[in-house]
Parts: sequence; C-alpha cells; structure tokens
Amino acid sequence: MTSETQPIAKTPSQEMRSQLLRSKTFLLGNLGVAFWAICAIAPGLIVNRDPAEQNLIKKWTHPFTDGFVLGTDRSGRDVLSRAIYGAREIMFIAPAATILGVVVGVMLGLMMGYLGRVVDDILSRIIEALISLPVILVALLALTVLDAGRATIIGVIGFLFAPLIARTVRAAVLAERNLDYVRCAELSGENSLYVMFVEILPNIFGPIIVEFTVRLGYAVFTMAGLSFIGFGTQPGSPDWGRTIFDERTSLLSNVWWPSIIPAIALASLVVSINLIADAIQGVVDK
Amino acid sequence: MSEPTLEFEDLKLAYMVRGTAREVLRGVSFAIQAGEAYGLVGESGCGKSTAAYAAIRSLPRNARVLSGAVRLAGRDVLSLKKNELRDLRANTVSMVYQDPSQALNPTIRVGPQLIESFTVMGVDKHEALKRSTAILHKVQIADPDVVMDRFPHQLSGGMQQRVVIAMALACDPKLLILDEPTTGLDVTVEAEVLDLIRNIRTEYGTSVLFISHNLSVVRSICDKVGVLYAGKLVEEGSAQNVFEHAVHPYTIGLLKCLPTHGLRKDAQRLSTIPGFLPSLGADLPTCVFVERCSFADETCTTEVPLWRSLGTSSVRCHHAEKVAGSPAENEIAGVSVEINRKIKPILELVNVSKSFHQGGQSFKAVQDVSLSLYAGETLGLVGESGSGKTTLAHTLLGLHAADAGGKILCDGKELLPGRRRRTLEQIRAIQIVFQNPDSALNRRRSVRKIITRTLRHLARVTPEEIESRLRSVIAAVRLTEGHLDMRPGQLSGGLKQRVAIARAYAGQPRVMVCDEPTSSLDVSVQAAILNLLADIQRESNTSYLFISHDLRVVRYLSDRIAVLYLGRIMEVGPAERVFDGPHHPYTEALLSAVTSTTGSTTSRIKLEGEIPSSMSPPSGCVFHTRCPRRLEGDICSTVEPPLMATPDGGVMRCHIPFEKLGGRV
Repeated sequence: MTSETQPIAKTPSQEMRSQLLRSKTFLLGNLGVAFWAICAIAPGLIVNRDPAEQNLIKKWTHPFTDGFVLGTDRSGRDVLSRAIYGAREIMFIAPAATILGVVVGVMLGLMMGYLGRVVDDILSRIIEALISLPVILVALLALTVLDAGRATIIGVIGFLFAPLIARTVRAAVLAERNLDYVRCAELSGENSLYVMFVEILPNIFGPIIVEFTVRLGYAVFTMAGLSFIGFGTQPGSPDWGRTIFDERTSLLSNVWWPSIIPAIALASLVVSINLIADAIQGVVDK
Repeated sequence: MSEPTLEFEDLKLAYMVRGTAREVLRGVSFAIQAGEAYGLVGESGCGKSTAAYAAIRSLPRNARVLSGAVRLAGRDVLSLKKNELRDLRANTVSMVYQDPSQALNPTIRVGPQLIESFTVMGVDKHEALKRSTAILHKVQIADPDVVMDRFPHQLSGGMQQRVVIAMALACDPKLLILDEPTTGLDVTVEAEVLDLIRNIRTEYGTSVLFISHNLSVVRSICDKVGVLYAGKLVEEGSAQNVFEHAVHPYTIGLLKCLPTHGLRKDAQRLSTIPGFLPSLGADLPTCVFVERCSFADETCTTEVPLWRSLGTSSVRCHHAEKVAGSPAENEIAGVSVEINRKIKPILELVNVSKSFHQGGQSFKAVQDVSLSLYAGETLGLVGESGSGKTTLAHTLLGLHAADAGGKILCDGKELLPGRRRRTLEQIRAIQIVFQNPDSALNRRRSVRKIITRTLRHLARVTPEEIESRLRSVIAAVRLTEGHLDMRPGQLSGGLKQRVAIARAYAGQPRVMVCDEPTSSLDVSVQAAILNLLADIQRESNTSYLFISHDLRVVRYLSDRIAVLYLGRIMEVGPAERVFDGPHHPYTEALLSAVTSTTGSTTSRIKLEGEIPSSMSPPSGCVFHTRCPRRLEGDICSTVEPPLMATPDGGVMRCHIPFEKLGGRV
C-alpha cells in the first residue's frame, strides 16, 4: 500500500530558518546587535581608554586629534570609549525587561486566548486600562516611589510591556484554538496547562519572537528615555541617554560629537533590532 | 471547422523554485471548439489549475513558459501586450473560482459589484443596472433587487456562486473557465449550480473549460474530457467514451476508486492506485504514469508513449489495447461481519439536544436526537450543511455540553455532558477523526510524539510497552517506521489522515466519530482510507459514527444510516433500505441530487428554496417548506410528524405512510 516513503519536504521551521539566513536585513541586523553585545560584554576588547578618565585640559578635543578618534567631552573624557561602554547598561536592562514582559505577556495571552470567557473578559479589561496609561508617566511614578535601581527599571518596563505582548499572543492563540489538534488534545484528556504550554505554545513561537524583537527595540528607547531624564543611572555614567542629556548643551557651542555620537550609537542599536524584527516578521507572516 | 475557442499547443510550463525550474505542465495540447464543454480532470497537483490560469495568463510570478502556445479566440495569449491582455480578459473570457465567498468583495453590496462588471466594458450606469437585473434572472435568482441590496455574506454559498457566475457572464464571454465551481457546496446546491451551467451553455453557446477532481460532475456537464496526470494529458475523448470505455490505466484506476453502484464494504474492497503522484518537476523521461502502473513493462521505461487515437479516444499509453481488453482486475471481496443487535448497544443517545445562544436568541442546532450504535457497526450520518451533523458529533464527544434532559449512554453508563466532567476512561471510549488532518495534527510534533502521547496519557500504556504498542498502531494504519520521525508537513494528505486515524485509534476507543474523513482527499487516496477504516473496524470491532456529505461514501461504509434535517432526525434505517427505498422525501431529494459517473439521467427532484434557519424553524414538519411531496391540506405545516417505527427496525418522520413513500428506480 503506502510502504514507499515520499520525498521529504522541509518542515516549516526549517524552511523559515533557511529563509532567514538568506535575508540580508536579518544578517545586517544581527551584525549590529552582535557588535553592541560584544561592546557590552567586553568593551576592553574594542577600546583601551577608561571612559571615566577625566582630563580637563583636553576638554572638547575635536575628533581625530591627539589620538581621540571621536574627540572628548566637556570633562575631556574619550567619546569613543564612552559610546562603547555606554552599551553596557542598556544591553542588560532592555533584554531583561523584554524577557520579563514576554514571559508574563505569554502567560496572560495564553490564558486569555485559550480559557476565554470570564478569564478573557476580566484580563482584557485590566489590560486595556494598563495600555491606556502613558508608559513614561507610569515609569516616572514607579521610579519616584520605589528605589530607582536596575531591578525596578526592569520590572517597570517589563510590567508595562506585558499587556501589549499579551494582546498579540491572545490573538495568535485564538487562531490556534480553532484548529482541531487542540480538540484532539482535549479529547485525549489533557489538562488546560498541557494544551496551552505544550500543544499551542510551540505553534505561536513565530509571533512571539516578532513581538520580542519589536518590544526589545522599544525597551531600548524607553530605557534611554528614562536615563535621559535622570533615572536608573548614576551621574557620570557613560550610558547613552544620560550622556546625551549631560552633553546636549555643548551643541550650542558647536561641539556636536559628545552628544551626537551616543545618539548614533543608540539609533544603530534600535535600527539593527528593527531590521531583525522586520526580517522575522516577513518570514513568519508568509 | 472554424478555429477553436481555446487551443493549447504543446504547452510546457515550469515554476521557478530557488533557481531551478520545476515542470508543472509537460507539453499539454488540447482544443475547445465553439460551444463545447471540455472537462479537465485529475488529482490535486496534476496541473489542472495551472492550465486554467495559463489560458488567461494569470500565472504566479515564478511561472515560466518553456515552450508551446495558448490561443484564445485566435489570439496568442502568451505574447499579448498588457492592454491587449486586459481587453481579452474583459471581453472574451471569464473565470469562476472554487470559493465564491472569496471571489466576492465582502465590504461591497452585490449590486455595485455586479454593475461594475458591466461598467468596465463602457456601459453607462443606468443600462448596467438594467442588465444586472436581467442577468440575475438568467442565473435563476428570483428577486434580483433584494439580492443586489445584500452583502455577500448574507447570501448562501449557492446564491453566492450564482452571483459570481452572473458576473462572469456579464461580458458574454466566448469562453467560461470554471475551476472546481461546485466543490464545497452541498449536493443539493451542487445539482442546482450544475443545472444552471447546463442552461447557460444551451442559451449562450459559450465554450466551457471545466476543471474538477469530481469525475461524476464532469461527466454530467462536459462533451469532451481530458485526463491530466503529472502535467501531461494521458487520455482524451468524448465524456461518454472516457467514462465508459476508459483505455488509459490511470483513468481506469480513477474510475475504479469510486464507491459506485451501491458498492458496500462487505461486498468488495475498493481498488486503489498504489504509490504517489510524482513531485513537481520530477524527472519523468518516459511514460509519466509508469511507476504506478500495473501494466508497465520494459517498453514503458525505455520508450516515450506517443499520443495516438484508439477508437474514439486518444491516449498516451503503449498498452492501451491490452488494458482496454483486459478483464476487470481481480476484485478483492470484502468480509461481511455479523452485527449483533440483540445485546445492549455500545452507545445510546436519548433525546439529545443542543442549543446555542446568539445575540440574545437561543436556537436548537440539534433537537431530541435518539440513536443507538452497536459494537462493530457503522452508523452513517447524512444531511446538508447546517443540518447539525457536526454539532451532534461534538456534543457526543463532550466538546460542548448537551442540553439538560437528554442522555448519552456509553456501555450502559451515562456520560456527563462536557468532557471536563467525564473520566479519562469515558473520554477514551469515544474518539474522533477530523475532516482536515492539517488542522487535526499539531504541525510542530513528529508522528511518533503525536501517537506516543496518546498511548501514554490516554491509554495509560506503561513505558516498557510503548514501543511495541506504537509499532502495532502504525502497522494498523499501514504506516512505516520511516514515517515516525516526520512532521505532518512532510507527509501527503493521505498519510496525514492515516496519522490522524492512528491517533484516534491508539487509545482503542469503543466508538470512533469520523467527520468527513475523506472529503479533503483525492479519490484514489479516499479509497485507500475507506479500505483502512473498514479493516480497522473488522479487526477491532470498533463502532463508527460516519459523517459525510458524499452519499456514495456513506453507503459504502455504513450499516445503518441516520438522516438529519435542521437538527432533527428524519429517518434512521438499514443502509440498503435508506438508499433503495422506501425513503423519506428529504432523503429522496438528497439521493436524486447525486450525479453519477454512469451518466444515467434520472429526473432530479428539486428542493425549492434554501435550508431554513434553525433560529426560526418552520412550524409542523420542519421539512414542509421544501418538501416536494407535501400533503394537501395543512397537516404538514401544522403538526410535526412523530418518529414512527419502520418494519426494518428503523424510524421515519413523515405524515405519508411508510408503504407509500418513494422507492428508487
């Protein structure tokens, strides 16, 4: 009868992987993110000047002079070193906050989408209420009331992102829930946790990864925004948002590099992340 | 003879997949004369639709014409300029697609959409409106003004398809291309749409290219038929000849796969075509069918069979004479199994109802259904879509809770409504095979994982025994060990359905609900699956509740049949009686709507109007609004007939006495 095996086609996930690897935007984005990740983990590999080392005599040195490739700032600190070291804080906090948001969001979304009815109604209302609050205001409030450390920032960003992620996940679960394999699992006597996390979850990895990358971009922005207004980082820290705030006045004296360089660094990270998000989205939506 | 309306000349077409050309059409030649209806048949993946799209040059971006030509009304379609092509599509040819709900814009009312198909030809608005009304009359829509004011979703599938056909006719085309126009419609609606297409042909004299996998439908519509296999025509001839005196082994195989002539599982196994359709772009240097052909010999693998005429048909086969002359292949007899109906039934439904609530209104999708199912028996469940077949099955499985008042008994014990309140043992007793295996199998899991999980969790098989049980389950559904580590996406439709059956069967259920298990499959695959289901039943004594809209399939597998209409039982009886009569007027109408490959044109009983909404079911007998045998007086419209016992142990819901109900000629 059917003893012959058929020519083997690729599974959808293999197909996606090979499509991603052939996508230029995906590779470019990864290159950017990888660069900043190395900067965050081992900045000493890239630059050898201490970002905190002050030298007031050499204040506002122009780029490409005296061995300062990107010049110095108002305290004579090396702009290049500061830009590289500036990735440290953000490359830890933004991913951590996003992971927190995704974990909470996925759990909420699975419950809303799969359990439906009352659970969905109640959680949806709460989530809508949360989404309607401006992110930066809630963050400010939380950071003022609570101790403004790393943990708080991660918690606040994660907490604010979770509802958005939950909504995306809920929509994906609703589409899956109507497929018969969910029915089959239920008719095998599987409990809800098993159906949600073992049967459905692997099938919605695509949208979750897209959501993760998109939110990561936002998290970087939010984090930079918070440090720009002085939260989460200590004065003098090379963090990009903080540096842009500290050095922005030099722009008036036609000294652009101390503030524009960290801005470019920030932009390049966000653009890289979004390139990855775009590429994944393109493959997932196909 | 004047020039043909459509002519394909040795068309070779390929799809570019990652830089390599994969041939889809391997040299297709045929011609459709003016006023002729040409049917293109073949299994999915053989290139039917590609041929249709090539005729209007509406091909995907990665399609490449390698050689050959397509001429439509004397013009070379493949070399036309863009505006000439648009002109051709606007005035000379129209296409009707499979799914009418996707062919209509859901946000625009039917009227403006239809009027647009006239205004694009330069007709002014006022005139276009007049013509739209007229054309809706032509497609037998009684009140065009009402229909034009509706949105597509407010029309039934049959009505939508009429509107699409009306739009196609707007330009008075020379050629009408119909791509599976009735697939997905109920038999009764299908019959109406086919009638309509026949009328249009006689009235307009339009040439028709009719694409379908359904041989009977093609037989009833077309003058000439071409059988396509792996991108090559293997046989062509008049419809009558091809279906009655097929000469190509593939055509013969296809025809034999069908459970026709009242064939039943205990009388004969269905023939199948072994093997698979070659993959897209596979290297087929000689005969395209050689790998699956039982007549193949040395010559077939070394020499290309030429296109030659044999009597009245043309065929591409070395051995056509031998094939045509050979006696019917040794048919394998089925095994009849005695069903003991004296013992208690495995499953009993007593007055089961299921209501749904929608917009503050509640309606009964299933009402007071009582059925019983005995060990090793198949109960067929038939009815149009919306008759409550699937709702009943889901209620039985506990996927949604039945209304209070009814009872579901399995092995004499009452099952609580809703699966969450049932024990694992009770859940295990009733399993289901869904229609679409793509949806029923988790695409992220290997076949091994899917079956093992059911064995371990549902059947509570110990870890030591898992391997041996897994082996016996896949052997039962005729899969091999090589399939175990594949994901569903890597398997063909038929193999996927086997995995779905394996999953349902793994827990050794007492009852298996089969919800249209073969309707998404090709006929040759369908035959293999039906054989498999019959085998499993015989070996394990499992009972089936078999739901299908294909009455021949139901007849093949079922011992008894229940007919549902608007959620109510119309009749239940032994399969032979329900099919041969006397039968309920509704069953009679359903049966007469079935087209057959033998082409016998028994006068069809027309069902008037649409299936009423279960929100407001008709008074009295729910079928009286469409019943062709409605009694004089108002008994049918006021009094709901009770279910009366019939002499053969079944039941019947009709005011007409059993003896006076119609039998089949």
